[in-house]
Amino acid sequence: MSMTILTVDDSRTMRDMLKVALMDAGYRVIQAVDGQHGLEVLEQETPQVIITDINMPKLDGFGFIENVRRDQRYLGIPILVLTTESSPEKKNLARRAGATGWIVKPFDSAKLVDVVRRVAA
Amino acid sequence: MDTMAAIRETFFQECEEQLGELEVGLNAMEEGVADSETVNAVFRAVHSIKGGAGAFKLDRLVRFAHTFETSLDLIRSDQLATSPTVMRTMLRSADLLADLVKASRSDHPVDEARVEAQIAELKALSESAKEAPSAANAGGGDADGLDFQPVLLEIGNLGAPEPQAARYAITLIPAPDLYRKGNETVRLLRELSRMGEFRVECDTQHLPPLDALDPEGAYLAWRVELTTAEDEAAIHELFEFVIDDCELEIVVDRAAAALGANAPAETAPTAPSVAAGALASPSVSAPAEPIEAVAAATAAEPEKAKTEAAKPDASASAPTIRVDLERVDRLINLVGELVINQAMLSQRVLEAGLARSSSVAAGLGALEQLTREIQEGVMAIRAQPVKPLFQRMSRIVRELTDATGKIVRLRTEGEATEVDRTVIERLADPLTHMIRNAVDHGVERPEVREAAGKPAQGEVKLSAAHRSGRIVIEVSDDGAGINRQRVREIAIKKGLIAPDAQFTDGEIDNLLFMPGFSTAQSISNISGRGVGMDVVKRSIQALGGRITIVSRPGQGSIFSMSLPLTLAVLDGMVVKVADQTLVVPLTAIVETLRPKAGEVHALGVNARVISDRGGFAPLIDVGQELGYRDEAADPVGSVVLVVETEVSTRCALVVDAIHDQRQVVIKSLEANYRQVPGIAAATILGDGRVALILDIDTFVARTNRSATAQEPLLAAVG
Repeated sequence: MSMTILTVDDSRTMRDMLKVALMDAGYRVIQAVDGQHGLEVLEQETPQVIITDINMPKLDGFGFIENVRRDQRYLGIPILVLTTESSPEKKNLARRAGATGWIVKPFDSAKLVDVVRRVAA
Repeated sequence: MDTMAAIRETFFQECEEQLGELEVGLNAMEEGVADSETVNAVFRAVHSIKGGAGAFKLDRLVRFAHTFETSLDLIRSDQLATSPTVMRTMLRSADLLADLVKASRSDHPVDEARVEAQIAELKALSESAKEAPSAANAGGGDADGLDFQPVLLEIGNLGAPEPQAARYAITLIPAPDLYRKGNETVRLLRELSRMGEFRVECDTQHLPPLDALDPEGAYLAWRVELTTAEDEAAIHELFEFVIDDCELEIVVDRAAAALGANAPAETAPTAPSVAAGALASPSVSAPAEPIEAVAAATAAEPEKAKTEAAKPDASASAPTIRVDLERVDRLINLVGELVINQAMLSQRVLEAGLARSSSVAAGLGALEQLTREIQEGVMAIRAQPVKPLFQRMSRIVRELTDATGKIVRLRTEGEATEVDRTVIERLADPLTHMIRNAVDHGVERPEVREAAGKPAQGEVKLSAAHRSGRIVIEVSDDGAGINRQRVREIAIKKGLIAPDAQFTDGEIDNLLFMPGFSTAQSISNISGRGVGMDVVKRSIQALGGRITIVSRPGQGSIFSMSLPLTLAVLDGMVVKVADQTLVVPLTAIVETLRPKAGEVHALGVNARVISDRGGFAPLIDVGQELGYRDEAADPVGSVVLVVETEVSTRCALVVDAIHDQRQVVIKSLEANYRQVPGIAAATILGDGRVALILDIDTFVARTNRSATAQEPLLAAVG
């Protein structure tokens, strides 16, 4: 069975791009439109990898990651942060929240898939 | 359309939405009614546009969005106050961003100078904010990165190797949190192994006996010897995300590297050690199964008692789907058929003489109700809120206030009101024109207003509301009102009215709608663009709408438009002409008359006119015109519909009788037959017969062109 990846991003454009890139690489993709929705989706299904944006309405990426990390059911799922921001402070925040890695937008499909493959191994 | 093109399209659609959010948010901020979530939404809108633009390499858009975003971030973190000056810059930046999005979408060139000027303005704001050390908010975000360069993947960055190799001794002792956060020692070691010559040893001395082993614990330590051309920073970067959850020591030993990569490790392994073999590194040979076992153990998620993790409340945004417009239109057409069929069925049942109390009639009643609900439901699919349209208007007001020196605020109401998409699209131009008029001709200059005891700031109000099955859009201003004396003078000067003609105030106001009328004292480049209110009126009528003016001297004017909610149905008057049934759009009809003998006058051999409001309207026999009969019917004893065409000429249509007034489903004649001048479309009546819907404008125009005997319009239709 192919691996399932949850992408959390409020931008439809980004969701679509991620979906295309990941599906082309053979992954199954489930989506959420913000952090809060991401937590709801997790109630339904547990993915093998999560890719999340930071700047989102309702619940931002940091809050989302913290919530996921607090929940024993999702122990050890790699969470990649995908965002245009690359400042050390933001990275620190993401790391403290429990992110596994950081990808800067705009992303290159091949490299994205490469990173996913590596964290998901 | 290939996938990327489709996503690009999605991006631009999303941009439109974001720009809408941006505008609303900025306006709220300007008015000082924005909460922190609004400010965040504003920031996010620009941020999202930047993100997407980067993906499509729209560099100019990225660059501007980044500068804009930086300023917004300063506002967000309270380092830049939302003074009127700042907000003006923000609003103008939003306008430019919208223009850049549009230019990027169509690959049109942009005014570089304008972009540069706006960027300079934004940067100046950001600089001023930095100079004034305000709120002790250290978390300035990425406000510093003015020269933003999109960076590609940073994780596991296999950058260009430096020529000089060094040997590193790396000690890694993971804490349980490292595994909990989704990181894996195996992965980190594998990344390291890719960097160069690699040897690893696993220290298992803290591994407890199996029965004491906590599956979520971390018991292993790793010693790595790496010879690589990568610099130390690259190795640190690899551990960037685990640095808080492990003990890490990296010691560089360049001399050792120079001696030879294969030199044995100096640090002797403590206690029993296993070499890592599962790391797919060519330089590691010894097989070691425990690693995978341990890794599996840490990764295995224990089905523990479910913690009461904050359960998200289910009030997520309503899910939406995007549907091809064509599919919706097909559905609307089918529902139209359904409505017609249902009406036919009802009529047949009535004709069959079944009692109203019979179960068939009752069932039919329920069917009728359902059909109507389905129709309304389907029409609602095409409906969209007028909000985006209204938002565009606030920009126009802003630009006009800059250009005219007037101070005007646009207030909108009823933005959630929904109308058919096509109606909205076709409303944009007339509405723009009316808003321009309201600012340019309606609202007075600040000093004039103050002299009249009004606040210097004028107000233009734009509102939408549903009223008895139609949408009413009003544009009102609190200006001086229509200068009737002046309107009258102009109308007389232009020969539009007779110098001695008596008009009510309302009639004078309506002169504005006459073709070629323009009240502008000087033709400004704002509203005077060769089009007047007559064009507005014509556009509104083409949509099946009506427009009226109410003006009060010194208090302002209200332009009120009443439009159908959809273009799929039409309010029509069903008339009989020579045994044929026709539908005349209600919006075109001014009044209906039963002429008396003295009111009809002959004009030449064939033409006749009727006295109408002090003037004369030509009489047109609809039956004769359409070829239903050879001889025109006598207007006396017939019914006359006085109609007004787009060009505001009045005509009197002679028909035999008025049947009733109802909503009819419009069926395209072009799609089913061919275009016929004088006929707008067709509909199917309850008895199954086709009734043609007159297109008053082309009908009258055609009649005028060939005043005498001519080939009937409908020779082929029958």
